Amino acid sequence: MAVISYIDAVTQALKEEMALDENVFILGEDVGVRGGVFRATAGLIEEFGENRVMDTPLTESAIAGVGIGAAMYGMRPVAEMQFADFILPAVNQIISEAAKIRYRSNNDWHVPLTIRAPYGGGVHGALYHSQSVEAIFANVPGLKVVMPSTPYDVKGLLKASIRDNDPVIFLEHKRAYRLIKGEVPEDDYTLPIGKADVKREGDDVTVITYGLAVHFALQAAEKLENEGISTHILDLRTVYPLDKEAIISAAKKTGKVLLVTEDNKEGSVIGEVSAIIAEECLFDLDAPVKRLAGPDIPAMPYAPPMEKFFMINPEKVEKAIRELAEF
Amino acid sequence: MTNNRHEKLGLSDESVLEMYETMLLARKIDERMWLLNRAGKIPFVISCQGQEAAQVGAAFALDRKKDIIAPYYRDMGMVIAFGMTAKDLMLSGFAKAEDPNSGGRQMPGHFGQRKNRILTQSSPVTTQVAHAVGAALAGRMKGENIVALTTFGEGSSNQGDFHESANFAGVHKLPVIFMCENNKYAISVPVKKQLACENVSDRAQGYGMFGKTVDGNDPLAVYEAVKEAADRARKGEGPALIETVSYRLTPHSSDDDDRTYRTREEVEEAKKTDGLITFAAYLKDVGILTDEKEKELNDKIAAIVDEATDYAENAEYAEPESALKYVYEE
Repeated sequence: MAVISYIDAVTQALKEEMALDENVFILGEDVGVRGGVFRATAGLIEEFGENRVMDTPLTESAIAGVGIGAAMYGMRPVAEMQFADFILPAVNQIISEAAKIRYRSNNDWHVPLTIRAPYGGGVHGALYHSQSVEAIFANVPGLKVVMPSTPYDVKGLLKASIRDNDPVIFLEHKRAYRLIKGEVPEDDYTLPIGKADVKREGDDVTVITYGLAVHFALQAAEKLENEGISTHILDLRTVYPLDKEAIISAAKKTGKVLLVTEDNKEGSVIGEVSAIIAEECLFDLDAPVKRLAGPDIPAMPYAPPMEKFFMINPEKVEKAIRELAEF
Repeated sequence: MTNNRHEKLGLSDESVLEMYETMLLARKIDERMWLLNRAGKIPFVISCQGQEAAQVGAAFALDRKKDIIAPYYRDMGMVIAFGMTAKDLMLSGFAKAEDPNSGGRQMPGHFGQRKNRILTQSSPVTTQVAHAVGAALAGRMKGENIVALTTFGEGSSNQGDFHESANFAGVHKLPVIFMCENNKYAISVPVKKQLACENVSDRAQGYGMFGKTVDGNDPLAVYEAVKEAADRARKGEGPALIETVSYRLTPHSSDDDDRTYRTREEVEEAKKTDGLITFAAYLKDVGILTDEKEKELNDKIAAIVDEATDYAENAEYAEPESALKYVYEE
């Protein structure tokens, strides 16, 4: 099995789905000749032509809205938002339209649209190239919000998102693009949207997280194993709708739960995870649920010390796991 | 003797009579909905009155078996021309399970019907404009040579989605007709406080597209403009912005009181050029519509509206728990 980067897994999934289904096409800013500002669509215009890898004007709301219209007409568009931070002008189209079209038409129309957007910090991106935007979409029935952590999950989940008959927001951690590498089968496979994945088995403390923080948790767990602390890690993979069963069983497994997100703490998706645990397995807990998240400031600043202060890292996760283990 | 205008446009006597009948049916359904609303039987109405001529004229200029529309909430005349029935519309008015637009989930005026190529609509205005562009793009990708027509009010022409969609369609030369039904009011705000330019169609130039303003009370003028736009679009000459100028004869909706922002005299004056009256006069002048035929049409439509009302009133609501269905594919 080939070892490839997280971003190469994105490109591979797009390329395979475009080859399999002529209704799949890409639209977005700089996705064509430039191959995307991160190069996620590199090589695709050469292979599939400019009609299927479409450079659009700077027009986020129309990228989403045109994608919705094309999807209703029977295409499977993959729209790229250049940075998740810039998705806000498209939010009316995503929340008022894409999310509600099947419901409001009583199943007459549907929107098989995937919207990809790079999110997340640790890349010196400052306030407007670092944000986590998932909480905006994570209480919108009709949407699915997928946030993979590994190249294997990226490929399987992106292919599943493109084949899904409902709109999917597919958020890719931009720090993970070239940092994270992993084994990815060259053949065709999909992974189920809405299913979390145990990334490490353990007995003392459960960490529930997603995205880049999964890797921070894995690094912390590796280190803590030497101290005799065994960590169980659940990767949510889909943050909306949540995999409740997997959350409950992971929480029950150790009775001590650490929730980690790179987003601001209040109102983030881990708050909902915490509510599920409180509702379903309070009496299985041996310690209060602990949350590790970004501070409640607008977004991470540019200056490296302040950015580092905001970001989650393996040391912060390690410290939080140890505190829970010692509780 | 009045000049026969429709023949020059390639429209048969039967076609123009059908146009009139469609306009009249829309008007009569709309009027009935107001009565039902005032009688406390349906919670909400939003009207087509004053815009039927533009809606029907435009629809007749399209290939109604092939083209796709993304209408807005006043377009009852247009959706009837595309195949929606009086019964369908009344079921929507009464929010009953059989309503093909939404099964009673949406307010009336939120049209959508896949089998008749009517894209589903929401309440935030102008979002549908981008969907028409997407449908036109998809049609071109599939090699189907369709035209997508979308409508919106002059108020909506100030929204970002109008600009983004028109520019997108202009750049990619897509077969889209942007039809602005300028009825001179965005709820209470008159067109002078909505636009700094004289006509909405003046904006076409900025998008590199064909633009034209026509009398929205004249279905033949609208037909001609939309036909020209559709022919151009089908030949690959790109999108068009057609502005139809008419007047909103009713308050914005059943929850509005237009006496608070415009005079009765102004409304009465506008009624003199109501497309239903002026088009009936034209049809009489060219000898297609007689008093006898007019009475026959009115009787026929009254019966259709009665039957649709009775059917919809007695139809079942969807089961309350069915509210949980169709969030995602099932």
